[in-house]
Amino acid sequence: MIPFTYTRAHDAAEAIRLGADAATKYLGGGTNLVDLMREGAERPGALVDVTGLPGAIEESQDGSLRIGAAVRNTAVAEHRAVRARYPMLARAILAGASAQIRNMATVGGNILQRTRCAYFYDGTVRCNKRTPGAGCDAIDGFNRMHAILGASAYCVATHPSDMCVALAALDALVELEGPGGRRTIPLTDLHRLPGDRPDLDTVLGPGELITAVVLPPLPWAQRSTYRKVRDRASYAFALVSVAAALDLAEDGTVRDVRLALGGVAHKPWRAERAEQMLRGRPAGTESFRAAADAELAGAAPLRDNAFKPELARRLITAVLGELMGDAA
Amino acid sequence: MSINVNGNPVELPGDPRVSLLDLLRERLLLTGTKKGCNQGACGACSVLVDGERIISCLALAVQYEGRSVTTVEGLAEDGALHPLQAAFIAHDGFQCGYCTPGQLCSALGMAAEARRGLPSAVTADLEADSMPLTRDEIRERMSGNLCRCGAHNGIVDAILDACAGGGR
Repeated sequence: MIPFTYTRAHDAAEAIRLGADAATKYLGGGTNLVDLMREGAERPGALVDVTGLPGAIEESQDGSLRIGAAVRNTAVAEHRAVRARYPMLARAILAGASAQIRNMATVGGNILQRTRCAYFYDGTVRCNKRTPGAGCDAIDGFNRMHAILGASAYCVATHPSDMCVALAALDALVELEGPGGRRTIPLTDLHRLPGDRPDLDTVLGPGELITAVVLPPLPWAQRSTYRKVRDRASYAFALVSVAAALDLAEDGTVRDVRLALGGVAHKPWRAERAEQMLRGRPAGTESFRAAADAELAGAAPLRDNAFKPELARRLITAVLGELMGDAA
Repeated sequence: MSINVNGNPVELPGDPRVSLLDLLRERLLLTGTKKGCNQGACGACSVLVDGERIISCLALAVQYEGRSVTTVEGLAEDGALHPLQAAFIAHDGFQCGYCTPGQLCSALGMAAEARRGLPSAVTADLEADSMPLTRDEIRERMSGNLCRCGAHNGIVDAILDACAGGGR
């Protein structure tokens, strides 16, 4: 690890003042950044620790929930309002990493974690995310874990977060603060598809800091869940995961639905096409499957992950069926 | 700048690159805490910080200023093994022993999490008030601690014996 300076920020303004330099990185729990620094994939000259920034989980009058960026992953999954009103989020977080890592990791750090593509970590192979223009050895390499949607000729890496899949499905907003002021954007607009600049994971500007995540009110998300398929029962990254919420009308049609996929793309993948197809349609295996087919129509599997499109289709169909419950 | 390790105040390193794990092992010579993968994949370096389990390999020591760390060396009291340590012996919860210090610290943190009602990925009712430690619950909650010898059955038995009854 190259030498760096370490400073602890006490509020967002101080963090942004200290973090304005391009060679500076914000540090959360360290569970990804410290690892990347050890591997040389990240080489910041300065770290600004933002784990001490104020921010809790606050319930607003309008029914929304505001979660400070420094809140630990465990605290989000444990919060009573999250468990009761946004079960897909609690389940997504509990499906990620290990209990020790969830105790360390912050919400902001989880969102900004980088891909687990082994070629990104390995300094002896080509990676456009690590060195722009170098080429990508994953595209013709071992790519079982890699993307099937929205990838490019430059990068086939996936975003590894489980939490973000649920946040994408819930229309979560991300509050940002930077040298240029404050702004709020949808989480689904924060992460980028790789295109020809896979070194840029997000649309964050220099020195911009995530200060909070806001979950808008969504009463019917009480009927929501998260299912993750992986190579072992626990403590592994997703092959494919699904976050889903289902709102059924009295007549058995889909009044509304939320659907997002993990493990398939460079960003948490909101399945808008499938959602659009399902609204107003009779709920049931046939329509669930048709919607899944439409969402995966553009899938472009690689040598080792041709199983993913069908796995994603089955997972979407099964999870929506589970949410139908007794109405099925 | 200091932290507390097993009840003793300890000066923090000047170099922020030093992990909590390396501080414990290389500078304080508390070699009970093990370095397995050094990249957050095995759990051998698990310790308790203010009662919460973390992995010490990806923790920069400077981030833990003012906090209280408990390692495996801090579990026994007055020369008597912690009941969980005794249960690991009684149930053959190890073979080579390399993962054991991490398993012990992790299990104590895990038991506290379950007591305060934190659900896990296998908990059916997220809103339940109590989270009983069944075998499936223990396996899921302890999945961050790998045992390459395959002593997991004994480990689960030991944890059930020492922790599932709500003991310390």
